Amino acid sequence: MRRAGAVALNTFREAVRDRVLYNLVFFALLMMAAAIFVGEISIGIEELVIKSLGLSAISVIGLLIAVFTGVGLVYKEMDKRTLYALLAKPVRRWEFLLGKFGGLVLTLTVNTLAMAAGLFAALLYVKHHFERTDAILLVAIYFILLKLTLVVALALLFSCYTTPLLAILYTSALYVAGLFVEDMRTFHFAIANPALEALLRGLSYLLPNFENFNVMAAAAHGREIPSALILQNTTYAALYSGIVLLVAAAVFSRRNLK
Amino acid sequence: MPGAAIEIENLTKDYPFGFLHLKKKRSLEGLTMQVESGEVFGFLGPNGAGKSTTIKLLVGLIFPEAGTARILGKSIADIEMHRDIGYLPEQPYFYDYLTAAEVLDYFARFHDLTAADRSERVARMLEKVGLETAGKIQLRKYSKGMLQRVGLAQAILHDPKVVILDEPMSGLDPIGRREVRDIILELKREGRTVLFSTHILSDAEMLCDRVGVIVGGKLRGVGAPGEIVGMKSQGMEILFELAGSGTIAAGIIAKATKTGDRYRLQVPEEELYPALEQLRGVGAKILSVAQVKASLEEYFMNLIQADRAQASAVEVSGK
Repeated sequence: MRRAGAVALNTFREAVRDRVLYNLVFFALLMMAAAIFVGEISIGIEELVIKSLGLSAISVIGLLIAVFTGVGLVYKEMDKRTLYALLAKPVRRWEFLLGKFGGLVLTLTVNTLAMAAGLFAALLYVKHHFERTDAILLVAIYFILLKLTLVVALALLFSCYTTPLLAILYTSALYVAGLFVEDMRTFHFAIANPALEALLRGLSYLLPNFENFNVMAAAAHGREIPSALILQNTTYAALYSGIVLLVAAAVFSRRNLK
Repeated sequence: MPGAAIEIENLTKDYPFGFLHLKKKRSLEGLTMQVESGEVFGFLGPNGAGKSTTIKLLVGLIFPEAGTARILGKSIADIEMHRDIGYLPEQPYFYDYLTAAEVLDYFARFHDLTAADRSERVARMLEKVGLETAGKIQLRKYSKGMLQRVGLAQAILHDPKVVILDEPMSGLDPIGRREVRDIILELKREGRTVLFSTHILSDAEMLCDRVGVIVGGKLRGVGAPGEIVGMKSQGMEILFELAGSGTIAAGIIAKATKTGDRYRLQVPEEELYPALEQLRGVGAKILSVAQVKASLEEYFMNLIQADRAQASAVEVSGK
């Protein structure tokens, strides 16, 4: 694990030096602009606008980083041949993969926490105080982070055997499909063919369920989020990411580096 | 330490190609050889001969179709084997957002060294490869030669018993080549085993105890550099100048090549002394007499042509 940790720290350092965290400047500007102008364009719903806008921005920016950085995690190392010297060291391929995954998740965690701080600062500017229901935002942000972890695992898997462009397509397609898994399960009202219905139902359990992680509307309105859902989403993200990483390790373990 | 440091048995590698990767090209065919402990072994061959393929198989970057190899008695599939080897990839490239000191520290972490040990070794290695003043500059600003030095430093950072270098002199200026040669000789003095690939005979002649020649994925010979390539004389070469306005005997002048004020004449060994007599007769000043040996290029070309001839014969008989 120490070796995976070394890879993770280096991946985090790469993200920092490649200015990935510069997106925080954009987020800060967006939050400042929203905080200043929201009172002029919305009457009585300033808090809702700030919360919705902030959570959406955290999610979109995180997704962009997870997909675009994730698909290059392994491919870039193979393409630039930086991996050659590393794999000649006493490091197993799965340790390398785990380190790359951990490094990007660490980057996203730091990034998400910084944006969360920005969101709370903007909220404080608008409301001048915090309420207990504002803490629900933290759950929504935690779910975003779980979602990003799953996206990174998928991007890493595709990064092991295909080009970044195709990996972006595959990851994005799975993400979009994963937003509709609940619909796929309830589609039987509109489908007369039992075989197709069974296929859709089976597929809905195979695809990553990203819909479960979306509690942004509830959090913005201050509605409680059941603790069972927190446990369920945490377990689901950990298990699904773990399985995807196992597949990635299996694919990468016999990959010839040219 | 007696015995073989590297043992390769029947190592075979195919590369898939074509749209669906259904076709295969054999890059290495049944390679069997040994590198003895403490020797410097040169792996010679033209581009595409299978040198890098062999090295990548040894360090676990690619996997063989058949065959096995052991380094210091450990299978190349054993992760523990990697503790004892140092590897310099061909045209190495490292994380360009790191400095040389950072990249060496990063690689040192995989050898379970303490922070103090890492720091001491990194400083020592940077000094050894002449980068002590550039250690804090990001690698994106490094020249090809400087990257090669970083590559060499990371390969020997952890005091490996076996050092495997893929084209270590590639892209270096004469000073850089000399420095790399010195490092290889120092590794030999320290008792380490060095396997390096090259297509430059002079490097092999200067450094290697033994060389292995590989062409078309097949090992064509193993032995001392002189035994492999240069034993058979192809005649004698006389370098001379003409004093004053002397003329050369007509039979010889037709064979001599003039470069500046000097003449170069190649004759069969048995005609050396009559030719020297003739030259003395016309007042020529003899500058040197040397044996002409086949160059590595000629040796490779002969092997490649033999391969092609054999392939065509097979093709014709197949038809």
